[in-house]
Amino acid sequence: MAVLDQNLNQAALTQLAQREHYTFFGLTLPYLVLVGAMIIIPIGWLFFLSFIGRDGSFSFENYERMINSKAYIRIFLTTFKISILTTFFCALLGYPLAYFMSQISRKWANICMIGVLIPFWTSLLVRTYAWLVLLQKKGLVNSVAVDLGLISEPIKFVHNTSGTLIGMVHIMLPFLILPLYANMRAIDPHCVKAASSLGATPTRAFWTVFFPLSIPGLLAGLLIVFVLCLGFYVTPAVLGGGKVIMAAMKISSNIELYFSWGAASALGVVLLVVTMLILFIASKLVSLDQFGQRS
Amino acid sequence: MGFLDKNVSDTQIKLRNRLWLYFLSAIILFLLIVPSLVVIPMSFSSSQYLEFPPKEWSFRWYENYFFSWKVENGFNDWMAATRTSLLVAVLTIFVATPIGTLAAYGLTNSTSRLRAVLFPIMISPMMVPIILVAIGLFYFYVQFKMVNSILGLVLGHSLVAMPLVLIIVMSALKNYDMNQEKVARSLGASRPRAFVEITLPQIKFSLISASLISFLTSFDEIIISLFVSGGDNSTITRSMFLTLRDQIDPTIAAISTILIIISSGLLIISQLLSSKSK
Repeated sequence: MAVLDQNLNQAALTQLAQREHYTFFGLTLPYLVLVGAMIIIPIGWLFFLSFIGRDGSFSFENYERMINSKAYIRIFLTTFKISILTTFFCALLGYPLAYFMSQISRKWANICMIGVLIPFWTSLLVRTYAWLVLLQKKGLVNSVAVDLGLISEPIKFVHNTSGTLIGMVHIMLPFLILPLYANMRAIDPHCVKAASSLGATPTRAFWTVFFPLSIPGLLAGLLIVFVLCLGFYVTPAVLGGGKVIMAAMKISSNIELYFSWGAASALGVVLLVVTMLILFIASKLVSLDQFGQRS
Repeated sequence: MGFLDKNVSDTQIKLRNRLWLYFLSAIILFLLIVPSLVVIPMSFSSSQYLEFPPKEWSFRWYENYFFSWKVENGFNDWMAATRTSLLVAVLTIFVATPIGTLAAYGLTNSTSRLRAVLFPIMISPMMVPIILVAIGLFYFYVQFKMVNSILGLVLGHSLVAMPLVLIIVMSALKNYDMNQEKVARSLGASRPRAFVEITLPQIKFSLISASLISFLTSFDEIIISLFVSGGDNSTITRSMFLTLRDQIDPTIAAISTILIIISSGLLIISQLLSSKSK
């Protein structure tokens, strides 16, 4: 009798657990339906379109064009060049600031953090416009530089690669600083102390102890910035003045100007695959929820 | 100058030897904050050209913006675009926050192995390059005649805002003891009632900040708006981007100043909330 009761109890419990399971899954359904209908199906469709040629039959012509056309190769090169340079300059500027913030008291670090968050919350268009104003031939940067005698005549900063780079570094910098700072804060200060008590100079203690421990945060930041740069559209379109053409801009012009869905889709698929590959590597290194936030 | 010999780190580094780091950090912070602020003086210039500092001051660009329906103030009806953007942003809060919160609740409590698969899918709108999301949506909306509609914009913006809501609410629930709900239910409350009366009040600050982020995400969104909105339902970011690409219109400086005030206000509110929720 007792055995039977226990079995009955077990069965009821399993059933309850099962029901619980469905309830929780049900709660995620509206979300999943939206993502499924508006991301997965449309992108699957784009993937399909990328294999449809001009005559409407199955072909690889959209991908062949990318390999054979000089214009596309130039776009890939520009995209990678701008992304790599932006990432590099972000690391150059972001590392010292994050390090500084990790060394001072939490109260002061939080004040500095507001400085990092302000640009993060300011509209992308506002920041891009501000650089357009600053970097013009008659803009503030040029007039100050001429007055100080740094340059003899105004340099053209906007509507070229340098303007695009300056704007993009400014926009991407917080994405590098946030994960890097979080990582540096978590480093046990005793490690550095131990190194210096064993006779290491501050410089040596930094390079042999602190820097290696900060690499995961740095890597996370670098990968986020690089991936965001690859798909960037607004800043290069405005500050590049049509001279800097990145992958996202080509995708957009393929559709807006040429109604060429096949070509746009194929370029999109390549962009997606590269992005996913990098994110996959990144997810092996760091937790995924550090990504994104206001791109 | 005794203070220069103060130790500023555990490794006995003197402030004197660290001054360069303080200076460098100050410069980098300056470069992060100040450039965007240049639009504020520009917006009060009376000149049509972007000279700095402005020679004469005026409110003409603000007039251009606030009275943009008048024909002499240019082609853009900025006011109509602002109304569209505000409406869409508010509606996005009401779509993204509840859907994101429900999913966060379900995902946090679920013990299923599916979790590991579902989470990456759910944050995919944040991972996929936004240009692809935009053209995918455009193609999708053409089939359902949803291009240039408010509904299309709200759904598109919600898609981008939902992962942010999901992450914020999940991290709030991680620090929350779910046993409190069990207690309520053992005392006879239904699950929805236990959630509304016990859990909700304790995560409300996170929900408010998730709503703020949803609003701002929608209000600032450019690329989806560029593809799926237009005509009477053009958003302000779309009009700004199209204007910026082609010409230099100081009205943009006036609008930018207003946007800076709005986003700083939201940032302050969210900082206060996050310090309160701790």
